[in-house]
Amino acid sequence: MQEALLEVKNLVTSFRTADGTLQAVKDVSFEVKKGETLCIVGESGCGKSITSLSVIGLLPQNGSIESGEVLLEGKPIQDLSHEEMRRLRGNRISMIFQEPMTALNPVLTIGYQLREPLLLHRNVSKKEATVKAIELLKQVGIPYPEKRLKQYPHELSGGMRQRVMIAIALACHPGLLIADEPTTALDVTIQAQILDLINDLKEELGMGVLMITHDMGVVAEVADRVMVMYAGKKVEEGTVEEVFGNPKHPYTKGLLNSVPNIDDPEFELEAIPGSMPGLNEEISGCRFHPRCQFAMDKCKVLDPPEFIDRNGHTAKCWLHEDEEVKADESNGTVTATV
Amino acid sequence: MFALVVRRFFQLLFLLLGISFLVFSSMYIAPGDPAAIIAGPTAAESDIEAIRDNLGLNEPFLAQYGRYLSNAVQGDLGYSYQTKQPVWEAIMIRFPNTLKLAIASMIVAVIIGIIAGLVSALRQNSLWDVSATTFALAGISIPNFWLGAVLILVFAVNLEWLPVGGLSSPWYTLDGVKELILPAITLGTASAAMIARMARSSMLEVIRADYVRTARAKGVKEGSVIWIHTLKNAMIPIITVIGLNFGFLLGGTIITEKVFAINGVGRLMIDAIAARDFPMVQGSVLLVAALFVIVNLAVDIIYTYIDPRISYD
Repeated sequence: MQEALLEVKNLVTSFRTADGTLQAVKDVSFEVKKGETLCIVGESGCGKSITSLSVIGLLPQNGSIESGEVLLEGKPIQDLSHEEMRRLRGNRISMIFQEPMTALNPVLTIGYQLREPLLLHRNVSKKEATVKAIELLKQVGIPYPEKRLKQYPHELSGGMRQRVMIAIALACHPGLLIADEPTTALDVTIQAQILDLINDLKEELGMGVLMITHDMGVVAEVADRVMVMYAGKKVEEGTVEEVFGNPKHPYTKGLLNSVPNIDDPEFELEAIPGSMPGLNEEISGCRFHPRCQFAMDKCKVLDPPEFIDRNGHTAKCWLHEDEEVKADESNGTVTATV
Repeated sequence: MFALVVRRFFQLLFLLLGISFLVFSSMYIAPGDPAAIIAGPTAAESDIEAIRDNLGLNEPFLAQYGRYLSNAVQGDLGYSYQTKQPVWEAIMIRFPNTLKLAIASMIVAVIIGIIAGLVSALRQNSLWDVSATTFALAGISIPNFWLGAVLILVFAVNLEWLPVGGLSSPWYTLDGVKELILPAITLGTASAAMIARMARSSMLEVIRADYVRTARAKGVKEGSVIWIHTLKNAMIPIITVIGLNFGFLLGGTIITEKVFAINGVGRLMIDAIAARDFPMVQGSVLLVAALFVIVNLAVDIIYTYIDPRISYD
């Protein structure tokens, strides 16, 4: 069994707002192993980005981790001081963001921004950092790296900027890379290149990758395992083969049915009826039941626990109660295969 | 950059032409006869007429304007009707005082304004923020003549720490600095308030930008996040306000100069207008306009150093 790199246990993240305290992430647990990619999927507002920001400690000012644990290589990091957390960021945990157009500082050169993490976390001189920066740009496939160092972000295309973002994130060889919709703002050919790049570098450097996306195509491309979130909760988790081949939760099925399939001319796109509840909406029972075509009476009253089948595939849905295996039969919620 | 300067220079020439025409015609239309003022209340009509002839005031408007222009382009702004002093010389005696005052006020304004703006942006909605925004509102609202008078009363008359007025010592001496303190605070308060408001809103906008989050995600220290990643991006609107305020201050400040008995361009201008001293008014307005344009050109050039995306080529 591979070593767990990141473990998140019963994470609850809440925000203080004018309407009181709202929970954006409700009791979410997952694990990322070294050299593995976990994709968190779900609609906008389901809490997937907040989950990742909780891990790296970059929640907005009014947000905080209410309870639960975040363990990096077995050590809890959720209660570290600002300074200790700062030393982890960009060093052992890195993050790349959705918008390469705005994620780089427009008034600083690429070189400055790329050298920064090296100067901060590695005790190197500016000269050494420059040499390393050129290497990094080569590694992410940017031509004429020496010239790029002196350029500003606006002189680069979107794809190039995202490569620079990746180079910055990888500068200190982090164990964990968090990628929050890294390809959403890019056109498809560039998307594929960036995903390949992340995949290659993951293997080369043995990183764990936590990828946040709403794009099932991206999931199919890069994920080893998939976690589906709905309204702040994890509703399904399993290997990518399991989740795509045998989706259990009606919400996951809905997500998969809402992806166009060009190979099957008979395929009809299906929208999931309704919309996701707001954070402050009280819903009894399963939070998905108002939109679920399979909802039973039980679903309206009782929130289902996670049911784990023999493949370690979990689903938070009463439909799968009978597939539950006892803990000793399964290797737990996080094992890909038995 | 060179192209920008050349382009602005030609714009400036046209601007000065337009301004000179406007000022010249408004003085021409305005009631009051400079010849009568020069001659004094008891002068005979024939004397006044002689003065008019002598000054060329009986010529048609366009002829007068044409003569003025052709002299002006040769560097001759004419002579004051009142003192017979060359206009350029008279302005240059006063201008250093105005310049000193403007620079001192801007130093006060920039330091207070940026610090207040930064503090209130970084501690949004805290007591600091509320105090700083209240200060900004008060600073904009308080009239100069009142603030100047109160400062004189407290620091010059009662405490006797600073002089009551005048600018007689060189600025680099202790006395010179002391003389500048009260007028600089009086004038700088309103500018500080404007800069503070602009700095606050600009910082609040930038501090939420994606690239600031990226900087934090890299593990950049909070100090560098503010000073390097945020402030430089927030500077453009702040520099604009600083430039505008500095331009206004260079035009002389009638009230503050009066309150502190400073012999500056503002007082020169207001006295010249009262005396219908056409050449003096004309000359000082042109100088003020030119300075305003030049300060704004400087601001435009500073932009390119702050933001590499701005280019004028």
